[in-house]
Amino acid sequence: MDIIGNILGFSLYEGLVYGLVAIGVYLTLRVLAFPDLTVDGSYALGGATTAVLLVKGFNPFIGVLAAMLVGLCAGALTAILNTTLRLPALLAGILMMVGLYSVNLRIMGGANISLLRESTIFDQVGGVLKLGVGNIYLSIIVALLIIIIVVSMLIWFLRTEFGLGLRATGDNEEMVRGLGSNTNINLIIGVAIANGLVATAGAVVAQSQGFADVGMGIGMVVIGLASVIIGETLLHPRRVAGLLLAAVVGAFIYRLIITVALRLGMPPGDLKLVTSVLVVAAMAIPYIKKRIRNEWIPPAERW
Amino acid sequence: MDKKSALLEVKKISKVFSKDTVDEVTALDDVSLKIHPEDYITIIGSNGAGKTTLLNVIAGLFPPEQGVVSINGEDVTYLPEYVRAKYFGRVHQDPKVGTGGNLTIEENLAFALLRGKQRGLKTAINRERRELFRFALNPLGLGLENRLDALVGTLSSGQRQSIALTMATISKPSVLLLDEHVANLDPRTAQIVFDLTEMVIKREKLTTMMITHDMECALKYGNRLIMMHRGKIIVDLGKEEKQKLAINDLINLFAQAAGEKLTDEKILLSQGER
Repeated sequence: MDIIGNILGFSLYEGLVYGLVAIGVYLTLRVLAFPDLTVDGSYALGGATTAVLLVKGFNPFIGVLAAMLVGLCAGALTAILNTTLRLPALLAGILMMVGLYSVNLRIMGGANISLLRESTIFDQVGGVLKLGVGNIYLSIIVALLIIIIVVSMLIWFLRTEFGLGLRATGDNEEMVRGLGSNTNINLIIGVAIANGLVATAGAVVAQSQGFADVGMGIGMVVIGLASVIIGETLLHPRRVAGLLLAAVVGAFIYRLIITVALRLGMPPGDLKLVTSVLVVAAMAIPYIKKRIRNEWIPPAERW
Repeated sequence: MDKKSALLEVKKISKVFSKDTVDEVTALDDVSLKIHPEDYITIIGSNGAGKTTLLNVIAGLFPPEQGVVSINGEDVTYLPEYVRAKYFGRVHQDPKVGTGGNLTIEENLAFALLRGKQRGLKTAINRERRELFRFALNPLGLGLENRLDALVGTLSSGQRQSIALTMATISKPSVLLLDEHVANLDPRTAQIVFDLTEMVIKREKLTTMMITHDMECALKYGNRLIMMHRGKIIVDLGKEEKQKLAINDLINLFAQAAGEKLTDEKILLSQGER
């Protein structure tokens, strides 16, 4: 019983944090139809930024906010490469991801930074709630607070006049321009927000695990994608709020699968391959099902 | 007619596609046109005559090689499409172009309602706006006012084009641009959408430019008829002249002006051009 509770609690915490990444991927891929691979880089960028600030003695909450801010900038830059310099979105994201690797090394001045002796947001919230760091409930509470703030703000934002323009841009750019909205601005702001969230996740994870590492973002975009697809497949959400929550639920289920697999003795090194196979399965199974039922199949996406 | 001040003026516009290649096409060749408030112009012409290109240059999808587009005296030739959109409502031939299929009916209308206005951080859809949408959809007689939260992608193309028309006119445009907007619909639906168009144009007193491949339509509706051929306006008729004409006269007029024979078929084939 204790083991199950332990696994659930740990997966819940991780699901909430990686839920931020999933929401970022959902925003770019599903809302804006902008396949953004910056994510791997901006996640580590968030971790690196927060780590450096913590070591320099800044308030850990400032560390998270600053990470979000640099993430916003990274995302904006990716979208600018696409909209103003006309690079294909995929290439723009890959270039940013690769470039950010060097940037992150520069920021940290090395491959990793230990935060074990620094005060983190978990220490601060734990101090208020009288919970010790390392207590799983504390981790869940902190992650839950962040997710609640982010999800409720996004639900509000995507229903505003401007937010509706972002969603319309992902749906039909031609229509959006014809109705007097600058699709370039919409894309830049949308991709910026997405990467701001991803960098926030990187910052929270760095503070919780006690270190930032230049390689911590590798595969993050696939994890986000897996979460989005799992959430959509299981919950079939339609409204904005449902879609955002589905991304978080998808992240939780994804982490649950991974945690169980690790407990059952899967070598950690196999993790990324399992994730990739999971995404392949999640995307291919609906197609194979349709194939068996002889249903109409849309052409494969080329993004 | 030229004594009145023009609402929209196109002056000596030329547009060449694929310039300096073997595919070079002169889509518009020194076209000038003055459009006055409450004009309702029907535009006909064979395939590649430059009709859609003319609307595209007016709406700002691309700038012309030469010439000036001005609206209310303001030069808008190089203004990007999204800035110019405040003046124009447009319905395309394909209903998919003018509507967002993954958004609901009310989301589409809410987005269209703010054409040319600042889109801010107010909630896009509220009770008051919903009432306005119901009011705008009710005359269509399609029952769409009761399905505001249906995804537009699930509607039939006739319904979808009716939504596109409502979107183009819900915030009154200075000029309504219609580009063979019933050509993709089956005859019965086409008639319904066309009647709706007429109703809206009359009710809102809209200045309209309508491309059509239906010569009967071009003669019957509007107060002015323009015939285009190889990037030029070759016939420009006012209301009185136009009323006296039958389709055969139109074909003869074309033969005189263009120096070649026009068949109805030639105009019917004029779909899907640039």
